[in-house]
Amino acid sequence: MSQLHGEPYQPKSGFMKWMESRLPIMGLLYPTAVTFPTPRNLNYWWTFGGILMFCLSVQIITGIVLAMHYVPHVSMAFESVEGIMRDVNYGWLIRYVHSNGASMFFIAVYIHMFRGMYYGSYKEPREVLWILGVVLFLLMMATAFMGYVLPWGQMSFWGATVITSLFSAIPYFGDMITQLLWGGFAVDNPTLNRFYSLHYLLPFMIVGVVVLHIWALHVTGNNNPTGISVKSKQDTLPFHPFYTAKDGFALVLFILFFAIFVFYTPNILGDPVNYEKANSLVTPEHIVPEWYFLPFYAILRAIPDKLGGVIAMFASIGVLFILPWLDTSKVRSVSFRPLYRQFFWILVIACIGLGYLGAKPPEGAYVIWSRILTAYYFLHFLVILPVLGILEKPRLLPKSITESVLGNGDGDKAESKG
Amino acid sequence: MASSETHESNRRDFLYIATGAFAVVGAASAAWPLIHQMNPDASVQALASIEIDMSAIPVGQSITVKWQGRPVFIRHRTPEEIKISQETPLEDLKDPVARNAGLGGDVDASDANRVIQPEWLIVVGVCTHLGCIPVKNQGDYNGWFCPCHGSHYDLAGRIRFGPAPENLLVPKYEFIGDDAVRIG
Repeated sequence: MSQLHGEPYQPKSGFMKWMESRLPIMGLLYPTAVTFPTPRNLNYWWTFGGILMFCLSVQIITGIVLAMHYVPHVSMAFESVEGIMRDVNYGWLIRYVHSNGASMFFIAVYIHMFRGMYYGSYKEPREVLWILGVVLFLLMMATAFMGYVLPWGQMSFWGATVITSLFSAIPYFGDMITQLLWGGFAVDNPTLNRFYSLHYLLPFMIVGVVVLHIWALHVTGNNNPTGISVKSKQDTLPFHPFYTAKDGFALVLFILFFAIFVFYTPNILGDPVNYEKANSLVTPEHIVPEWYFLPFYAILRAIPDKLGGVIAMFASIGVLFILPWLDTSKVRSVSFRPLYRQFFWILVIACIGLGYLGAKPPEGAYVIWSRILTAYYFLHFLVILPVLGILEKPRLLPKSITESVLGNGDGDKAESKG
Repeated sequence: MASSETHESNRRDFLYIATGAFAVVGAASAAWPLIHQMNPDASVQALASIEIDMSAIPVGQSITVKWQGRPVFIRHRTPEEIKISQETPLEDLKDPVARNAGLGGDVDASDANRVIQPEWLIVVGVCTHLGCIPVKNQGDYNGWFCPCHGSHYDLAGRIRFGPAPENLLVPKYEFIGDDAVRIG
């Protein structure tokens, strides 16, 4: 399947004709971003791709500005962040947008991922598109983790210690690898320096993979709420103005939501312990990662063995890479899969439950529940999905997207002719 | 002619492989400095040993000193604490190896292999699970308790319960007087 294209670009002015015969950039962008044929039935869950592009841009712009005031040294990092908050003009705003922006980015990406699971967007022919998305998710996690270390508070320091120590679970090479990551025998100034360097680099790697992600999207085209493929031109609408308007409206609502956090409760998603400067001799009573890592942290702690816990945590993301092949059902959308619909929501509840447990101390009933939900998480992907595709009897699929929207599709003929 | 063509293509194959191999070696040797720069540098390595005067630590108390950026616990154990540690059956230990850098090898984790003088327990205060600092006089064995993920260490710094896989590391140290040690 070759790349999907909308109506090609026709240069009108003399200058654009001159330009297009030398650098046909509009010829590339116009059919992929303006007239791109998009299924006519996309709902608001499909606006999160655009929202994520917005989040990435906000993080890069505010991050570049913060880097002008931040000092990556153990004796200055904490003070320079406080300087941004108190002395730099609008520094408080820029930092709160950046720190809450990370949370907004993860809210949007989790919705985007669960939307993909709900409507079967990972299935043939979109496997590579999905895998690139999982790569983006991993890059986001690495970037967010390193960014959280930079203010050099207590939670920064101990979060960095715990997460880098995960690698010490690797047999034989564990200690070598942690020393290489730290540049010393513990998290210290060399660690802070290199995390700063990588925190600046990784967002641009994310930009690169986003380009691949969108490229792959433009080969297969969007999935849609029915999960059935586009069959004719009347199943689609040009991206602009129909989806630029829809994405734009959703983006405004999202920005309102974002602004509530930035202006009214800028610290609610953070841990107050991180306003205490890093102390390498005292571990805080209760180490918790940022909320967006909690489900994975719960899986790590659920396994009573160090290496086993680390493997389970990485496997919980690794399993997403092979999701397109674990789900044996040919039907994409949950709308036509009555049993999968139930299991999907159970998985969502299990993930939220793991998030809750990740924030609790590792004792008593919390540990038992972490184990049950961790087992269920893997059961969902490794057993339920493969078996369900064989046992489940899907509902009758509509003949086309147009039919699912308009009944038998007659009402649309006038429009497509005009 | 056919044979000379075969001969020529063989020679070219060899050149391709030789050139490719040379480029791989070159790329690897260029990459190594870029990787090795991340390892502990000379200034970090220079902090390899410290000397501590322990005469001010009363029996039953402990102090924490910083060595190579990590805390080291020095505990002046009471006779009861020594007795409990020495009488702990080896089969009760989760990690049967001494983890004593001064002894090395596979010696068992009996109390005698964890100390030089029984009244002085010296261990690196980094939980062997994920690197948090355990809290003293807490946990089921009154030694140390790691608040991060719930590992319990006994009065000889040995892991007894929880996710940590190994006993607290005993660094290499030597006595340089009655109540003074050099660690490292």
